[in-house]
Amino acid sequence: MTAPDETDRRILNRLQEGFPISPRPFADVAAELGLDEDDLIARLARLKETRLITRFGPFYDAAAMGGAFCLCAMQVPEDDFDRVTDLVNAHPEVAHNYQRDHALNMWFVLATETKAGIGEVAKRIEAETGLTVLQFPKEHEFFIGFRVAA
Amino acid sequence: MSIDTTDRRLIEATQSGLPLVPAPYAEIAAGLGLDESEVMTRLQAMQDSGVIRRIAVAPNHYALGMTANGMTVWDVKDAAALDLGAQIGTLDFVSHCYLRPRSLPDWPYNLFAMVHGKTRDEVAAKRAEIRALLGDALRSNDILYSTRILKKTGLRLGKG
Repeated sequence: MTAPDETDRRILNRLQEGFPISPRPFADVAAELGLDEDDLIARLARLKETRLITRFGPFYDAAAMGGAFCLCAMQVPEDDFDRVTDLVNAHPEVAHNYQRDHALNMWFVLATETKAGIGEVAKRIEAETGLTVLQFPKEHEFFIGFRVAA
Repeated sequence: MSIDTTDRRLIEATQSGLPLVPAPYAEIAAGLGLDESEVMTRLQAMQDSGVIRRIAVAPNHYALGMTANGMTVWDVKDAAALDLGAQIGTLDFVSHCYLRPRSLPDWPYNLFAMVHGKTRDEVAAKRAEIRALLGDALRSNDILYSTRILKKTGLRLGKG
């Protein structure tokens, strides 16, 4: 993986804050950063290709569309972990999934288009894996700046 | 805000990312048979109403050297939880902070705060800062380090 240089880091920091909705948004951001539009686009393509960027685009809020997000956790036997991972990840509603060092060792987020969808998908995962899915829906989200210094 | 079928098509066309071309909204519009101006107007409306939280880059913390990622979890008294969660949210090393229901008896924790750092020692020091902030309201706590990203795709709408 190519290490990000100083310009890459400025791009990452700037684009965590937001991206214009305008006819030439890359040109707008490039001008702010003192770069050429072509250079900015080429760097973003490389940052995506080398996986320094996991996503670039609109972040949709399922809840605002009438859907829901829910953090879920499972206690998965270590010797069955890969099989369960495949079963869980096969659901398109699983937005991300992390292994963590705890008895509850699999933590994933469900994003569904309806509030009832969370329970339905959780139930399907329980049926497929034979494991209990604990649900931790958010009761309150505390405001945070979005930036992580690159 | 309710989204209509055109919004839905726009979401489907953009949920995996924006095209890296000089006029990305025009390219999306062409693919959907819409005008560029309509695409921009609809995206702006969805951003204003919160359907789009932001249009931005999600950096890969791991690739940037932030390889230690701890989910710190805290059991604090309910009466103080909203106030304390707000205070945790102001710490610059916390990327997300939520109040969630406990799942007793296995899971006594109601505040969740994600902490990132270059090493586990760095994350542990930040966790200690949170602990100091919580004071007497804190009953117990734990930290769950992530050891592997198993999936990271973000929201995907099904073909509705």
